[in-house]
Amino acid sequence: MALLSVENLTVTLNTVHGPARAVRNLSFALEKGETLGIVGESGCGKSMTALAIMGLLPENGWAEGAIRLGDENLLDYSEDRMCGVRGNRIGMVFQEPMTSLNPLHTVGRQIAEAMILHRGMNQTDARAEVVRLLGTVGIPHPEKRVASYPHQLSGGQRQRVMIAMALSCGPELLIADEPTTALDVTIQKQILDLIRSLIDDLGMAMILISHNLGVIYENVKDVIVMYGGTRVESGPTHAVFADLSHPYSQGLFAAVPQIDDTKAARRRLRTIPGTVPDLAALPAGCTFQDRCTYVSDACRPTPPPLVDVTPGHTVACLHVDAARKDWSAR
Amino acid sequence: MDRHKSFWRRCLAHRSFVAGGALSLFLVLTALVSLVWTPYDPTKQNLRARFVPPSWDHLLGTDQFGRDIFSIIMAGAQNSITVGVVSVSIGMAFGVAFGLWASAKRGWTEEVIMRGADFMYAFPAILLAIMLVATLGQGAVNAIVAIGIFSIPVFARLTRGAANAIWAREFILAARAAGKGRLRITLEHVLPNIVSVIVVQATIQFALAILAEAALSFLGLGAQPPTPSWGRMLDETRSMIFINPWLAVYPGVAIALSVLGLNLLGDGLRDVIDPRLARKR
Repeated sequence: MALLSVENLTVTLNTVHGPARAVRNLSFALEKGETLGIVGESGCGKSMTALAIMGLLPENGWAEGAIRLGDENLLDYSEDRMCGVRGNRIGMVFQEPMTSLNPLHTVGRQIAEAMILHRGMNQTDARAEVVRLLGTVGIPHPEKRVASYPHQLSGGQRQRVMIAMALSCGPELLIADEPTTALDVTIQKQILDLIRSLIDDLGMAMILISHNLGVIYENVKDVIVMYGGTRVESGPTHAVFADLSHPYSQGLFAAVPQIDDTKAARRRLRTIPGTVPDLAALPAGCTFQDRCTYVSDACRPTPPPLVDVTPGHTVACLHVDAARKDWSAR
Repeated sequence: MDRHKSFWRRCLAHRSFVAGGALSLFLVLTALVSLVWTPYDPTKQNLRARFVPPSWDHLLGTDQFGRDIFSIIMAGAQNSITVGVVSVSIGMAFGVAFGLWASAKRGWTEEVIMRGADFMYAFPAILLAIMLVATLGQGAVNAIVAIGIFSIPVFARLTRGAANAIWAREFILAARAAGKGRLRITLEHVLPNIVSVIVVQATIQFALAILAEAALSFLGLGAQPPTPSWGRMLDETRSMIFINPWLAVYPGVAIALSVLGLNLLGDGLRDVIDPRLARKR
């Protein structure tokens, strides 16, 4: 049985412009110890998916469908029961290490809190465990750093602390929401390497959320490309990247700046025309229709079904054959 | 301003903090000294020495009953401080609790609590206090309770506003993701981050409490004779204002200096605790 299975997840946010559907009919499953990437631009529903799994949607939002951890639906859980899941069975690492720690408490105390809370450890044991964890996440002199305040640490070190916090109770699943976006490039690689090696060592499953295709490509086994709250393409990472089939995925890839290609270096940075659709006024049919070069009348009335282009590699596009042909001939 | 300077050095470099601190310290010392020593017994009447003008025997002279005014003023400081401490404690305890509760629960709980606070806030404070004293019966204790109750909405609104700002911070989301419940987050993460604004408000509320108590006592609803009270002194000398105006000046000056000192202290504390809010001086 899958560790986590998300079935027809729909997240709705009440906004001044009316209800906005941030995630629509999203389904995926994650086996124990496996890694899944969710990629897409800002506002495509990546983070809302993560927050829905954690039961941490904003006050004006709610989720429908099912989020099964083992055989229980987390959406049926009360707030109290969710507190027992968060940090204990599912750990989460956030984007902003600079602001994700309370400036008034030492990092040691903040890491220890979850262990005292979920595992009933006493202060002394928890502290020893914190020192061990800080060593594991590669912080030098952990026995000293345990008494440091967040402002005494660099951004990379703070993200290591956040990772230590997320791992402290040995969760089955780690959700990393843009864990390296706020860090500079050399630190990014260190942090991702750290996360990946910890995942392997501890046998955890991971959902890695990023807008960065390179980060996704290098770090996860399966990938979901999201656009406007829906899945447009998904499959094993290598299969998907070798054969990008949805016009949106292709546009996203084409928009990555190339620095090693001298001819490309002289051309303008390629973009996808238009902007992300207003989630409160989504078009019927394909979400990408207003920005798509392949759009036809058939795209407008109903959302395109998901079709397999190769086993396991699914795409939601009526014009997938034309898009694939053009992409491979590019 | 060098932010690496220690807290106390920054305090001492702040003019209104120093002036307010000195006045407030003077108020507290006066009250403490009066507990063990006053030049005369502040309640002892001497009808042969009425309206004695200021002299070395009676620094501020005597009143219509021949009591030493300097001694009454000193002893009155006790009353003011008691009123301030007790009523601010009442207001702060309930107000902060309600504010934190509203902020942690949001939704209907927040609406009910905050609209309740608005409702209380809509009454002029002193009118509310008079209403409460009228209901509870007059006397020092009831006056203090009334003043405490009318400062509850002040603390509740302040706390809720400050707490909501903290709840929106990322480390709260991170704490929730670690599985902490709303109560733990409130106590461990929200409250410590808003203590400074509460302390500043408490100082200012202390001054308002002294003023309110003086007003209630002036109206005869506060401290009852023979407890020395600055507000009642003002009331008692009201009829003699044309015969001996100085009698009214002394308690008036005492009240004004105390309130001024506490307000300056509050302003100074706010600037020192949170330099981002500091006005350009």
